[in-house]
Amino acid sequence: MTERAASATAPVVSMDAITKTFPGVKALDRVRLDLYPGQVTALVGENGAGKSTTVKILTGIYRPDGGTIRINGDPIVLNTPNDASEAGITAIHQETVLFDELSVAENIFIGHAPRTRWGLIDTAAMHRAARKLLDEIGAPFGTHTQLRELGIASKHLVAIARALSVDARVVIMDEPTAALSHKEIEELYELVETLKSQGKAILFISHKFDEIFRIADRYTVFRDGAFVGDGLIADIDEDALVRMMVGRAVDHIFPQRDPVVGEDVLQVVGYDHPTEFADIGFTLKRGEILGFYGLVGAGRSELMQALFGITRPSKGVTKVNGQIRVIRSPAAAVASGIVYVPEDRGKQGAIIGLPIFQNITLPSLRRTSRSGFLQLAEELRLAREYSERLDLRAASLDQDVGNLSGGNQQKVVIAKWLATQPQVIILDEPTKGIDIGSKAAVHEFMAELASQGLSVIMVSSEIPEVIGMSDRVIVMRDGRIVAEVTGDEMRPETLVRHAAGIAATPQKEEA
Amino acid sequence: MLPRIIPVRETILAGAILALLALIASRFAGFVAPSNLANVFNDTSPLIILALGQMVVILTRCIDLSVAANLALTGMAVAMINVAMPGLPIPVIIVIALLLGAAMGAVNGLLVWKLSIPPIVVTLGTMTIFRGIIFLISGGKWVNSHEMSESFTGFPRAEVLGLPLLSWAAIVTVLLFAIMMARTPLGRSIFAVGGNPHAAVYTGINVGRTQFLAFVISGALAGLTGYLWVARYAVAYVDIAGGFELEVVAACVIGGISIAGGVGSVGGAVLGALFLGVVKNALPVVNISPFWQLAISGSAILIAVAFNARAGRKKGRIILKSAEAKS
Repeated sequence: MTERAASATAPVVSMDAITKTFPGVKALDRVRLDLYPGQVTALVGENGAGKSTTVKILTGIYRPDGGTIRINGDPIVLNTPNDASEAGITAIHQETVLFDELSVAENIFIGHAPRTRWGLIDTAAMHRAARKLLDEIGAPFGTHTQLRELGIASKHLVAIARALSVDARVVIMDEPTAALSHKEIEELYELVETLKSQGKAILFISHKFDEIFRIADRYTVFRDGAFVGDGLIADIDEDALVRMMVGRAVDHIFPQRDPVVGEDVLQVVGYDHPTEFADIGFTLKRGEILGFYGLVGAGRSELMQALFGITRPSKGVTKVNGQIRVIRSPAAAVASGIVYVPEDRGKQGAIIGLPIFQNITLPSLRRTSRSGFLQLAEELRLAREYSERLDLRAASLDQDVGNLSGGNQQKVVIAKWLATQPQVIILDEPTKGIDIGSKAAVHEFMAELASQGLSVIMVSSEIPEVIGMSDRVIVMRDGRIVAEVTGDEMRPETLVRHAAGIAATPQKEEA
Repeated sequence: MLPRIIPVRETILAGAILALLALIASRFAGFVAPSNLANVFNDTSPLIILALGQMVVILTRCIDLSVAANLALTGMAVAMINVAMPGLPIPVIIVIALLLGAAMGAVNGLLVWKLSIPPIVVTLGTMTIFRGIIFLISGGKWVNSHEMSESFTGFPRAEVLGLPLLSWAAIVTVLLFAIMMARTPLGRSIFAVGGNPHAAVYTGINVGRTQFLAFVISGALAGLTGYLWVARYAVAYVDIAGGFELEVVAACVIGGISIAGGVGSVGGAVLGALFLGVVKNALPVVNISPFWQLAISGSAILIAVAFNARAGRKKGRIILKSAEAKS
């Protein structure tokens, strides 16, 4: 409370005692959140803390069951997204919500385009105004460009221009950097500074602590749908913030491992692809965790998809246990002992509508059937074995996966792959977008898999994770392997320099 | 584990059918006499068989609008074969009908799989093409009952254990489908492909191939029904079963097969078909214009879809850990 009194300016938006209940569940329980003009407020919390619900309430998508929202001190009711936009609140979403088939100018002004005397859209005025807005934020592309031709970072710029066009007082950024490269993130930071200097209040949602400490002025912490605390970033350190978030001290130490690295399990020789990557070769040993680091767009996921048979390389040889395997389909990859846990687990992971056990046995149907007929007892046995191994919490294995929490769904997806008894497991961004507590669990689990003799390929863009987990790191840039580092060489500077292609001028660094 | 908690949707639909029967019985008791119910079932058998084929197609997020045209073309083809070779045994005729139908289904499936053309476009096209071919091979002429052999027209009516073979064809199809959907890798893949095609790809399931097989199954059943239909009514011409594909899709939708794919059951499809069958047979009996049938079928579709949409709505994400523990 003292902080509130101390702050020089009054909040633009003030949410007080906001409660939102879904049937049987309280998603938000009397939370409060204040946003100040010209300041960035970071909303911090684990997955499921209620951040998204808060954003949806602020943007008029959900209506709160209780509490008040004030704009400049006046209570306001946001019944529709339109109300929110009229109140000057706009959001830039994780996956930017814009129209691919429309031009940049149309996207910026959709819903409030300047009109001519006859009530028609004044195209010329619209493009002029759009140009002015884009110049303000330093966006290089033309206003006639179709949105689908732009990359994700440019789409963010369009979304921001749109926010400026409605004269937004409040800009909500929901994990805006999740899909951006390092350089694009820097540009976004500059933009945030611009918005601040224009007096906008910014709500910034992110899982990345370095980001929060870099650009936020204030923080508000939610935990399990309840308000935990708020204050100035200058008055708090990372540890304290994490403690507030999880309600316990979590020093994220990566699991200690004694890698017992065995013989070569996977050999990849001379992989080429016409557009995605070239000249790829590496080996993976039994019980090893091999990290793949690179900037977004370096071709890592594309390479993994080729290894898994989703796309086909134009040439290249895969050997599993010394034997050449021709992998032309995911089914062939699974049969060769290679499995791939994709990045987008929501979209590419569990099959909602099928019960848990059927999800787990899906890639192993050949093993659970006899003369073409599925053996339910065998399926349940397999599903039970792996769900127990992963400590999956569910009332019954016959339950629809859709009724499980996100974390448990993820366990189902992993159980599905382990049930195929693979030799190589490829994890693509295994901890992207998940909270610190779950991250540690995933890391523990990876270490355990490796200790059981499974070989792990981990594609990750988070440097601490790459260094903390990998026995060896391969760095890719522009579709090629540019470095392979092990042991003491695995330092953040080294990885970043290789990934960004900065000439190796190794500066002496204190360990 | 097998006896699932009684599926709510199917129970409600079965209740609706029973309520409908009770209502009709109050006006016209003879309708619910066992012999009449058997007639209604027999009359609905083609719809049941086609609805099951349509069900697998819809489950994989496709749709097959060409079933009725496939039925008519196969029916015409086997009728003409019968005229040309009256001595050909019926089992051979049935195999030919299944293969012809499957081949037409395969055309649909290949176009969807290999050329990635949207199924609604593919089957709208083949529907027109199949009808056109009937005209080409028959020259627009009818094949009438006196031209067909007695065994050809007699087969669907032949009674075994008191039921005509047409009814038995539906019953056997239902049983085969129940086993296929619950107990074979193909059945499982069909649900998986419709439930989450992206995830299915990563699981090693070939989505396109599964959709192809669904079309082949649907086509084969349309072919089988083609023979049964032509033999039962003892006539084949260009326009038989015109518009029947919509009734088939309607039966699926009423039966709770989600048009978005991945959700549905054999029981639902059968009940959906039976519901339409009862309505169709009851209206003339209680002296209501058959045109009302269209209105009633239409309302049933809307009610079913609205109901399924409500049932499918998520209860909201469980966010509070305490609530998760309770649920």
